[in-house]
Formats: sequence, structure tokens, C-alpha cells
Amino acid sequence: MTEGAFTADTMVLFAILGMATVTYALRAGGYWVMGRVTVTPKIRRGLEALPGAIIVSTILPIILQGGLVVGLCIIVAAAVQLRLKKEYVAVFAAAAVATALRAGGFQ
Amino acid sequence: MLEKNVTLSLQGCVQGALMCIPVFPGIIVFGAVFGTVAAQKGLSFLEALLMNTIVFAGASQFVAMEIYSEPLDRPTLIAMVGITAAINMRMLLIGASLRPWLGQVPGYKTYPALFFLTDLNWLLTLSQYEKGTRDWGIYLGSGLIVWAVWSLSVIPGYFAGSLISDPKTFGLDLVLPAFFAALLVPLWKGKRQTVSWLIAGGVAWATWVLFGGYWSIFTGAVAGAFAGAYLDD
Repeated sequence: MTEGAFTADTMVLFAILGMATVTYALRAGGYWVMGRVTVTPKIRRGLEALPGAIIVSTILPIILQGGLVVGLCIIVAAAVQLRLKKEYVAVFAAAAVATALRAGGFQ
Repeated sequence: MLEKNVTLSLQGCVQGALMCIPVFPGIIVFGAVFGTVAAQKGLSFLEALLMNTIVFAGASQFVAMEIYSEPLDRPTLIAMVGITAAINMRMLLIGASLRPWLGQVPGYKTYPALFFLTDLNWLLTLSQYEKGTRDWGIYLGSGLIVWAVWSLSVIPGYFAGSLISDPKTFGLDLVLPAFFAALLVPLWKGKRQTVSWLIAGGVAWATWVLFGGYWSIFTGAVAGAFAGAYLDD
């Protein structure tokens, strides 16, 4: 951190405002549009598929850049989630495995 | 069809808030982790707090932080806003599904209340609606409490995170991808997801190899959504 705790960069403020604006527009937009447009089954299926597609597209480059430890930890997180269904336990397990592996000299 | 007998009471708000207590640990940890990530990426405390309270959309904030680099330039800013929009696109559908219930409530009440729309209070609200509840305090109360807990949880995480000099030692660089992997697991329902995710992954991979950076999130997500739209079970 090179800046004070209670300062804010103008560009960062613009980014935050932009993110907040689009998010609110989406929160209110679907509600607003409903009754004016019919959501066809095709549109509904596309919107349903979106979150998973986003997650896959986000993780993949991280794994490709990250190497062995990253790939292994992703598998650990998914496996823990599959068994225990608790996101924060899965995250904790992945971080613990990474800590252990890196302490042992793996990258 | 608009629901006619919709009410709003303090009792309903309190009930909605109480129903969220079991998920508090999850929200607090998630919010604290965001604080840690923000501190590691070099956001000031005020910036982290502002992003958390006024954007109020966990997953998209994390991905935006993944893209963020200091000093922030215009293309990165646009990418952060764009990716936030892409990730929160599901809010369109969630919000749309509330219309039949809340459509009769005047707009000056519903539109401010929609700021507090999350997957969590949406799920809670619809499940109560199925059980016959017509008090939308459930929605408002659960939304407000989740927002308050989320906003405060960033504080301890931020200060804990800025104390750690190398995030890799404790696997903190893996928190985000691990969390995403965990979120992905319950989304899998069958063949449609498999195919859609393979297409998303393939397009994302190709984009990453060709262009690098974070455009792969856009291209992969859009390709996956199209695949999902045109696949029948």
C-alpha cells in the first residue's frame, strides 16, 4: 500500500461507481423488463448457463498460468465441496494444501 | 398475474433477518476474504469499503479485483465494469422472477429495495412465497441484514490481509480460484452443463492463448451461454 487508508484514487472511484451502476441496473432491470418482454425458454436457458460458463472461463487461465500447486488445489476445493457442500471449508482446505506444498518446496 | 394481498411489516423484516443467521459465518468469511484480496491488490481501506458497500455483489467484486492492477488505466477500468455486468447478468432473471409477487407494490418502494437483491434473499423470499407468505418484509429484512454483515466483514479482513507480505506462503492467491471451483460444483446438473462448460473452457483457453489477459472470461462466458441456450436436455 502506497496510499493512506482514507484516500481514494479518482480512477478507482470511477471503477467502483461503474460497477455499482451496472449491478443495480441488472438488479432492477430484470424486474422492470418483466411484463414488457417475454423471456423465451431459449433466453432463460442461456441466462441459466451463464454463471457456470463465467466460472469455468475465469478459473481456466489461472490454472494454465499457475502450474502444479494451483491445479491440485482447485481439485482439492472441488472435491471438498462435493463431499461437505461448504464453500468456506473448501477454500480453507485448498489454502492449507497450498501452504503445505509450498512449505515443502513445490511451486 | 399480479399478487393482490402483498403486505410489508416490521415483523416480516425481522423474520427475514433472523432466517439469515445460519449463513452469517459464510458471509463474514467471504467478506473478510474480499478485504484481504483488496488489501493485497493495493486498494486503500476506503476504496475497499466503498466497493463492498455500494457494489454489493461478491463474486463480481472478486473477479474485478483479479483484473485490477495499480495504477488503474482506462482499458482495465472498462474491463472491470464489463466483467461485473457479465457476472451479475443472472440478476436480470432473479429480478424478473420477483415481478409477479412485488408488481403491485408501488415503484418508489420496490426500486430502492432492489438494491439489496442477492441470490440468497431471492431464494429465501421465493421459498417463503411458496409457503404462502405475502409479507415482503422477508425480502427486505433479509436483504438489509446481509448487506450490513457483508459491509462490516470487510474491515477485519482488510487489516489482517495487509499484514501478510507474501500471499503465496499461505495460499491466499488460491482463495479466489478455489472459491470459484467450489461454487461451480453445485451448478452441475447434467449433460447440458458438461457441454456448455467444455465449450466455455475451450473458447476461453483459445482466447487466452491468442490474446492473453482477461478477455477469455468474456468470450468463454458468452460461448457457454449460447451453448446452454441452444442445447436441449
